[in-house]
Formats: sequence, structure tokens, C-alpha cells
Amino acid sequence: MLPVPLGHYLTVSAILLVLGIFGIFLNRKNIIVILMSVELILLAVNLNLVAFSAALGDLAGQIMAMFVLTVAAAEASIGLAIVVVYFRNRGSIEVEDVNMMKG
Amino acid sequence: MIATLAFYLFAGILLVSAAMVVSARNPVHAVLFLILSFFNAAALFLLAGAEFLAMILVIVYVGAVAVLFLFVVMMLDINFTQLREGFQRYLPVGATIGVVLLAELVIVFGGWRIAPGSDAHRFAPIDVAVENTRQIGNILYTDYILLFQASGLILLVAMIGAIVLTLRDRKTSLHQVVSKQVARMPADTLVMVDVIRGAGVPADHYLRPKVAPVAAPEAAHDSHGHGGHH
Repeated sequence: MLPVPLGHYLTVSAILLVLGIFGIFLNRKNIIVILMSVELILLAVNLNLVAFSAALGDLAGQIMAMFVLTVAAAEASIGLAIVVVYFRNRGSIEVEDVNMMKG
Repeated sequence: MIATLAFYLFAGILLVSAAMVVSARNPVHAVLFLILSFFNAAALFLLAGAEFLAMILVIVYVGAVAVLFLFVVMMLDINFTQLREGFQRYLPVGATIGVVLLAELVIVFGGWRIAPGSDAHRFAPIDVAVENTRQIGNILYTDYILLFQASGLILLVAMIGAIVLTLRDRKTSLHQVVSKQVARMPADTLVMVDVIRGAGVPADHYLRPKVAPVAAPEAAHDSHGHGGHH
């Protein structure tokens, strides 16, 4: 089913996951890039699910990947809406400025 | 053979563009690299036989989510060079955590094998004779109908949440106040003009707009209400 061994897919997905986490640490101030890094992490999850689905011959993995896609789209829209509202209130999107709740 | 080469090509572009997403100087470029990485991930999905998911990825992610990112990046007037302060400072700790995580993944999953009898436990075995989309439809709307509806509910909540968060009531915008329009009487703004007998009715009828200065604000408001400004 897969053109390459399953391990190659898992390697690509693991590197993608690490790149996403690396991006969160690297762009600690820019919340838009952090959201994009979260998208990369979820893409790695999807790649894993699809690879396992093809390797095991079980379609359930692709269904789960679809639900992950749905939740990721919802998360992106809510996150960007919060960014827009925050920018309207404060005029900046620096993560370090988010201290109004003093949590 | 061609499929194998295509896998390495798409995987390489995917990883390079993902690296560019997190390290691009300009966030617009980062979004464009994100779109490129989504396209290549869709190609990897296609190679794995998940055709429907690949198309969904292109339509939903490239068509909606990435363009949403692009809109927000362009809409907000942000000094992005200021946001990149501390890039070098965070680089070592980020790289360390990334390398440690990758090493852990390799150690944990390096010797991992699929159990021999796992074929017997498949929930929805893939039938190569039936196309992917039809198969997904067959089990998505039967076995997974509750999850499917729950995901629809999640999207509804996200939509309402995004609208509630970003909707703002401008004080300068012109609203239509229905009760005021309904309660408005002709005598509020119009005045009856005496017509001289035998002289005929003037072309512009005998109900004329009031010219009294006291009625001016009221008249101005109602002209908005009837003018179709909402």
C-alpha cells in the first residue's frame, strides 16, 4: 500500500513535529507564527494517522485524521479571532504583553 | 519506483518549507511556506492512498485556514522586526529541546514493530476494489455518525465564537430602528399646505416637508431610516 516503508513516513512526521515545537520556542513573541507551528504539529499527527491507516489497511485512521482536521480548523479560526481582538485592544500581539489577567 | 522517488521529493520539500515557516523573517513568507508544506503533505497523503483526505487538506487548509492566516497577517499593522527580538536568544534552548525530543522519538519508536496478529483487529479494512471516497462515506455516515455530528457542532461553536469575538458595534454606524419607523406619523415631518381653489394641485403634491428648524434633527434621523441605511 505504501510506496516506502512505514518508518520513512513516521520519520518525516517526527521531524515535522519537532520543527513545529522548535518553531514555538523560536518565535516566542509572535503569536501568529506560534499558531502556524501548532498547525504544523497537527499536520504531523495527520501524517502519522494516514501512514498507519495505509500500513495496517484500516480506514479508521483516515476518519480520525479528518476529525483532527476539523478541530484544527476550528482552533485556527478561534485563535486568529482572539489575536484580532487582542490587537484591537492593545495595538500589539506580543505574547509577553498578555498579562492583563495577572495570572 | 517513481512513487518512491516522489515520496522523497515531496517529503524533502515538506520539511524544508516547514523549516522556513518557523524561521522566515517575514510572516507573509511564513504563511506562503505553510501553504507549500500543506500541498506537499497532501501529495504524501495521495501516495499513501488517502485521496479524499488529500483533497480535503488542499481545500480546507490551503483554501481556508492558510488564507485566513494571510488575511490576519496583512490586516494587523504590526512591526514584525520588533517581534523577532530574542530570536537568537531562544535558538539554543529551542534547538536543544527539539534534538532531545527527536532523539527520544527515535529511541522509543526505533525498535517498534506491528504485532503479527493485528490484521484480525482491523475496524474498517481497506478494500482496494472500492474507491477511497466511497469507502470513507460508507463508514463515516454509519459507524462514525455521532463523531461526525459532534465535529459539526465544534465547527458551529467555533463559527459563533469567532463572530462574537470579532463583532464590534460601531457608534458611528447607522442602524435601522424598526419601532421608530413604525411609530412615525406623517404629521411629524410633513405639513399640510393650503391649496388655492381653482388654481389646481401643484405638481409636488400638497404634503410638503416641514421647514421648521425644530423638526430638523427628527427629519434628519427619519431620512436615514427610510433611506435604506442599515
